[in-house]
Amino acid sequence: MVGIISYGAYIPRYRIRVEEIARVWGANGTEISKGLGVYEKSLPDLDEDTATISVEAARAALARRTVDPGEIKAVYVGSESHPYAVKPTAATVGEAIGATPVMTAADYEFACKAGTAAVQTCMGLVKSGMIPYGIAIGADIAQGEPGDALEYTAAAGGAALIIGNRDPIADLNYTCSYTTDTPDFWRREGKPFPRHGGRFTGDPGYFKHVLGSSRMLLSDLGTKPGDYDYAVFHQPNGKFPVRAADILGFSREQIKPGLVVPYLGNTYSGASMVGLCATLDIARPGDRIFMTSYGSGAGGDSFDITVTDVIDSDQFNRDAAPTVADMLKDKKMVDYAVYAKHKGKVVMME
Amino acid sequence: MTVPRFWRKQQSRYNLIGTTCSTCGQYFYPPRNFCPECRRDGKINEHKFKGTGKVVTYSIIRSASDQFSLLTPYVIAIIELDEGCRLTSQVICEIDAVYIGMPVKQTFRRLGTDGGSGAIFYGTKFIPA
Repeated sequence: MVGIISYGAYIPRYRIRVEEIARVWGANGTEISKGLGVYEKSLPDLDEDTATISVEAARAALARRTVDPGEIKAVYVGSESHPYAVKPTAATVGEAIGATPVMTAADYEFACKAGTAAVQTCMGLVKSGMIPYGIAIGADIAQGEPGDALEYTAAAGGAALIIGNRDPIADLNYTCSYTTDTPDFWRREGKPFPRHGGRFTGDPGYFKHVLGSSRMLLSDLGTKPGDYDYAVFHQPNGKFPVRAADILGFSREQIKPGLVVPYLGNTYSGASMVGLCATLDIARPGDRIFMTSYGSGAGGDSFDITVTDVIDSDQFNRDAAPTVADMLKDKKMVDYAVYAKHKGKVVMME
Repeated sequence: MTVPRFWRKQQSRYNLIGTTCSTCGQYFYPPRNFCPECRRDGKINEHKFKGTGKVVTYSIIRSASDQFSLLTPYVIAIIELDEGCRLTSQVICEIDAVYIGMPVKQTFRRLGTDGGSGAIFYGTKFIPA
């Protein structure tokens, strides 16, 4: 069966507290932090971007399992912050993991769910027998305009999943999607920051599509939330995924391992996939995982995943790369001035 | 740096690919296509380095050229790879954390950009192992 052959995540070391951002804008940081359910967020180093994060995540996946890079015949990178408007991040990743030149590659964009769209593409290619392995990446150095609500959560990080059908560590049993044309969040061509519809991003955006996709999967498979050991939802803040889980009937215990947003922030295309990686970090053979991503614009991708015995076998070494929890602990706090420099918000004369 | 000049060494910069002389066992990075010891008896083969090594010596850069001024202060070090050859690279760590003999490993980072609209150059730097 098609499944996850290996996985890897990458989170930059730098963090800023939500309260520090609020201090600069004269807002009540404690209230904002509590309201969002987010306490700190990651930011990239000065020489990090979506391409470097994607490469590090892909290399972490390859460190955990011996896969001949020459057999990776597809590389897809989902992101809202590709370093180039025209020139694929996926080609850089392919070169940096030794998969070039006999491979197909493309960059995806579907707000925060471009990474899971890449997973679905790889699933199709593997299932049809066109490729032995594909790598799907979701990564971002998320943009948020200074002073905008997004600035409190927009973070940096990403995850890579190697998809194949030779002894996967987790079977991808089923996937389905729910998509409509909903302008809840967008970034126009050439503009540095996205705009959004405020509360409109909640009900007709996030909840309609996350619940729509999740309910479709449960209906299609005839499963109930209680049939799953873990659940991962897209996490733009700490409140939305908890509310979605409550509405669907998933418990707090089921979502706890994959809910990384309180101390990571929203890594946009990386968000649900980093949450899945955090869940795979602690999962045991036989565990069943439910995952739904969300991308503004808008759509949700749902997955039914079962962890196999291979995750504990000699074929796979979970300890060969840092866990999400390890990377969340390894951090360096910065103030807003350093954050502004790292995010390119300080404009230098050329 | 011009795009063609960087592109020619891209594989080497991305993946620490150098060369080794199977006659004398020396390793070279950047890659050499001729062994200075064995000369015509040398047999040069491509070699992908493991990517781990240690700091031989270092300097703290506090005043850099315009392109790197945002990075200051930063660490530039001579690193001896486990296979034995040495190269110069930035080590990404606090400037008071670096020391001679510090174990390091490779990481993938931006090396520079050709202005705001030119090409972005990626490659290998090092972080504490």
